[in-house]
Amino acid sequence: MNLGVLFSGGKDSTFACYRAIEKNTVACLITLISENVDSYMFHTPNIRRTGLQAEAMGIPLFSWPTKGQKEEELVDLKDAIAAAREKYGIEGIVTGAIESVYQAARVQRICRDLDLWCFNPLWQINQVDYLRLLISDGFKIIISGVFAYPFDESWVGATLTEELVQKLEQLQKKYKINPSGEGGELETFVLDGPLFKKRIEILKASRTYENYRGHFIIDDARLVEK
Amino acid sequence: MILLLDLCYEKDSLSKYEFVNPVADTLRKAGTHFETLHFAEIAEDELGKYDKIILCGTALKDNTYADRIDVFSWLTQYDGPVLGICAGMQVMSAIYGGSIVPKPAIGLERIEIITDTPLLGEPRQIEGYHLHNYGVTLPEDFLLVAGTTEVVEAFKHRERSIYGIIFHPEVRNRWILERFAGLQNSF
Repeated sequence: MNLGVLFSGGKDSTFACYRAIEKNTVACLITLISENVDSYMFHTPNIRRTGLQAEAMGIPLFSWPTKGQKEEELVDLKDAIAAAREKYGIEGIVTGAIESVYQAARVQRICRDLDLWCFNPLWQINQVDYLRLLISDGFKIIISGVFAYPFDESWVGATLTEELVQKLEQLQKKYKINPSGEGGELETFVLDGPLFKKRIEILKASRTYENYRGHFIIDDARLVEK
Repeated sequence: MILLLDLCYEKDSLSKYEFVNPVADTLRKAGTHFETLHFAEIAEDELGKYDKIILCGTALKDNTYADRIDVFSWLTQYDGPVLGICAGMQVMSAIYGGSIVPKPAIGLERIEIITDTPLLGEPRQIEGYHLHNYGVTLPEDFLLVAGTTEVVEAFKHRERSIYGIIFHPEVRNRWILERFAGLQNSF
């Protein structure tokens, strides 16, 4: 089955792609470029760097603009998926949804309307186990944004390690955060992984942080041999 | 040991992660022994080794199970507790004389439990996650447990521990799976 992966460049959509490609053909990565930094559906930090990730994995990237307004962006998503089907002949969509019924239900409805399959291979996965699986499977992931208490500045740009997973596990117990960040607590960016034929090297980056809200912006990066 | 039956379009499909693994995780955490098989792998002479059976759901666009409903004829001969989830409930309805009918629903919705049963407990409202294009009619030997006769959310065989629920208990209602794992056959 030819599939399109809704791709943000974060760990969840990258891992969903990894699982999809084990059993099917991933014909394209579909990225919505949102003008709204607080997009309800679409991850924004470093979204324009997905081109580098697509190149590293050797999968075509299909970019589509959205203004990122709450319900209008769903229309944009539907248009993007329909256009991707036209261009790549995809028969289904893959998402990295884990717990968010909000996101999952909306994508399911779009797929139903377009008569496409919908796959969510991370759905309901134990989040801490999943973070450890990412590390053991060789993904190199950085925290590209934090958006909630108690994440301090040290998290911005940090690499996901076993030590960080243990901290997230503790924060889950203490503050009920989603350790994978799906509740909007944090965002990630994947620099390397089992599907990557080359890895991403960050040449220049900048940080912003204020009041438990911060971004790690990749200003310049390149692909290098692994 | 519980038999967890994968109803997805093929063995080890991409949908298995979404519809079988979350149920398996719940059983594992509850300390319940289980074995997973794809529906095409069922050997009727081996059903005796399972104390209970759970028929899982599958993707919205997947109707393979409905096209191969005869494969499930063994269900009426099995005398242990059975739980059918979504597609699994549809299979049970069809096997026991009901019908699979168009009734699309996606997302979280309030569910009215109207009959007290060992599985879902006393009448009250709960919230459940729907993901189906088809619902069911109530077979003759079954009680309506939740919903209405027009929109059957859950049913139970009048005399046996055979349940069907159209919403997905692995999403926000894992207690239903845990309770099923603890059910006795005498109910």
